[in-house]
Formats: sequence, C-alpha cells, structure tokens
Amino acid sequence: MFAFIAHVIRRDLSLALRRPADLVAPLCFFLIIATFFPFGIGPEPELLRRLAPGILWVGALLSTLLSLPRMFADDFADGTLEQMALAPYPLGLAAFGKAIAHWIVSGLPLALLSPILGLQFDLPPDALCVLFFSILIGTPALSGIGAIGAGLTLGLRGSGVLLSLVMLPLCIPALIFGSGAVDAVMTGISPRPYFFLLAAFSTGSIVFAPWAAAAALKISLE
Amino acid sequence: MQTIVWYKFAAPAAFYPLAGRMIPWCWGLAALSGLAGLWLGLFVAPIDFQQGEGYRIIFVHVGASWMSMFIYLVMAFWAAIGLAFNTRLSGMMTRALAPTGACFAFISLWTGAFWGKPMWGAWWAWDVRLTSELVLFFLYIAFIALTRAIDDVRRSDKAGAILVLVSVVNIPIIYFSVSWWNSLHQGASVSLTKSPSMASVMLWGMLLCAFSMWMYSIAVALIRVRGLILERERNTEWVRALLIQEEK
Repeated sequence: MFAFIAHVIRRDLSLALRRPADLVAPLCFFLIIATFFPFGIGPEPELLRRLAPGILWVGALLSTLLSLPRMFADDFADGTLEQMALAPYPLGLAAFGKAIAHWIVSGLPLALLSPILGLQFDLPPDALCVLFFSILIGTPALSGIGAIGAGLTLGLRGSGVLLSLVMLPLCIPALIFGSGAVDAVMTGISPRPYFFLLAAFSTGSIVFAPWAAAAALKISLE
Repeated sequence: MQTIVWYKFAAPAAFYPLAGRMIPWCWGLAALSGLAGLWLGLFVAPIDFQQGEGYRIIFVHVGASWMSMFIYLVMAFWAAIGLAFNTRLSGMMTRALAPTGACFAFISLWTGAFWGKPMWGAWWAWDVRLTSELVLFFLYIAFIALTRAIDDVRRSDKAGAILVLVSVVNIPIIYFSVSWWNSLHQGASVSLTKSPSMASVMLWGMLLCAFSMWMYSIAVALIRVRGLILERERNTEWVRALLIQEEK
C-alpha cells in the first residue's frame, strides 16, 4: 500500500520535473500578485507590513488554484486515470499520492518563496519564519481540498472558474488560521494556537479529502 | 405495508401527481401563517425596549436564516440518499432546493444588513456568523454552477451530491458560531432547552413567519421538481400520456 502511494508520488514528481515551465509558472504568478499590491496600495511600509500576511496568503491560495486543474487532467486524457481506478488498490490512495505530489510541486516552493516576498513587505524576521511555516503547514489542506475540486470539475467546460467557485469557500479556514498566525506574531502574541488549528485542518483535509476526490473521479470516469 | 408506500413515491411517475396535490396545501399554509405571523409581528407585538421598532425585521431575518441552513441540510440528506440508493428523484430534489436556499441565504444577509445599520451602525461586519452565512451563500452558488455546467444528468447529480456532502460541515459552524466565538451578532433568541428570551407574542410571530417560509420552500421546490421530472422523463410513456391528457 505504501509502495503504491510512493510510486504514484514518484511518478507525478518525475512528470512534473520534465516540464519545469509548468512548475515555475504558478510561482511567477505568486511573485507578480505580491508585487502588484504595493502598486495599488502605495509604498507606505507601515500599511504594507500590516497587509502582508493576508496578501501573501491570498496569493499562495490563487497560485495553488492555477496548478490544480492539471492534477488529474493529463492522466484523464491519456487513460492513466482509468488504469489507476482498475488497480487493486483503492482510488483514494492514488488521489492521496497525487495530492501529496501536488503539494511537493506547488505548496513547498510557495512556502520557500514566501519569506523573500515577505522581505519586500518589510516583515520582521520572526514574522518571516512564522509565514514560512504557516504556508508550509497550510498548503497540504489546499492540495487535499483542491483534489476534490479538480475531480469534480474534471473535463468540464470552464472548469477553471468552476474549480475556484467550488474550492475557495472550503479553503477559508486555512486562510484565516494561516494569516492569523503571522498577524499574531506581529502583534506580539504566540502563533501556536493558529499553528495547531492550521495543522489540524491540514491533516484532516489531506487524510479525508482524497476519498471524496476518488468518489468524484469515479463519477467523472463513468 | 408502510415501507412499500414510501418506496412507491421514490419513482418520479408516482411522485409527480403527489407533488401536484401537495403544492396547493403548502401555498395555503404559507399564505395563512405568513399573514398571521406578519400581523402578530407588525401590529400586535410590543416595541422592543432596546431596539425600538427596528427589531421587527427579526420576523423575516430569523426565518430566512433558519431556512437557508435547514435547506442545505435537507439537500445533504437527499444527496446522501441519492449516492447510497442511486435513486433518480433524490438528485432532482437536491437540485430543486438549491435556488430557494440561495435565495433565503441572500435574504438573510440583506435583512441582516438592514438590521445591522441602525443597531450596530454598520451594514456589514467581518464577524464569524455573518461571514459563514456569506460562505453558505457562496456554497449554494458553487453547487448551482457545478450542476448546471455538467450536461450529463447522472454525473451532474452525483457531482453535486459530493459537493454538498463535503461542504455541509459549514452548517454547524454557522449555527454554533455565536456561542463558540465572541461575536457582534446577538446570541440565539430561541432554544429548545431554555425558555425563550423574548415575549411570547414576538416568539409566535417569528415561528409563524418561519413556518410560512418553510411551507413556501416546500411549494417552490415541489414545483421545480415537477418541472425537472417532466424534463428528464420526457421520453417516457407516462409523460406522453399525461401531456395528451392535459391538452384535452
């Protein structure tokens, strides 16, 4: 069972690495979004520092959204997904592996990039650290819930917009707890409660969401 | 014997005439209790000593909020039934309820804004209960958009059912948000375990209005289900016979 999951993860990672442009595009989008806010708001450091956690978290959420449609689309197009559904392992395990692989390709680089963008917003060092960890802990939830959305909208017309409509309302807790942790450390409170809630939400999503995603995929495969 | 009767109405052909007979009763009850509730609320109920006349919006607001949450639960119930037993009618019920639920969520937010302006001095506050009601509205929109985007009926019903079942966790969050978090929104006025914190005339007015909205929802949902049944079963014998009969 673990070998199967590991195999799915390895396969998705090697596929992603062979198309590095697809991997970098959402990161560039994250960069551009974060850079555009100061243009719109103005260059006051006080205001930007205050808004930074929210802006960076929304940016991370939107960039995750960009890479989600491709989670199942290519495998659906070439028939791999049907083979996975026929495999002796539950489809939920494959969806779990794909969600983990998606997190490694999308959530992890976003977390690594976020402190650099935080520097642009003049965040203090401890806030940068908390920002990194909040995005690191929070993005698995986005990959998990995103798997449900990607499964439900697989192969539909206008699936990108539908995916955001379906997925964004469910991701609000991650946004609240994630940016709340950064806000907390900036106002001098401990970010620990936010981290615990975020970790709970992420663990719950990444464990349970793939099974809902598998149910959605089975409907799409019919 | 009872079980046979229940299963009988799971067939669209059997449910269609039953729904047709239920609709006028629901309209009647909705009109009667609505008029009675509004009369109690707008003419009989005393002025609130804190909120003055402005509180009277409660007669619309509370009922609409209840219905917006309750309809989502009913949709989740039908979604579960549809996924478990693969019945055709449950998918149609889920789909027929969604626009009414979205409408009540919107009314709840809108009347809440009208109530909030004189009482809190703001149309909107980023408060847990308000925000999660807004999220509920978004969920209704997402459900409607998703099910309308899929042309295949079976796939559309099942995809919608999964979405409803996944997102139904939001309902307890809205309902208990007032007691879990410190909120600007006032606490629950009615509870099953405590005696209500309001005058009984107000309570009766509110309950009658809520009952009226409940009956209205059933009536409208049944009308929509009848439309869906005709649309989906248009190639069957019984619909053709029915149409010929109606043309005469």
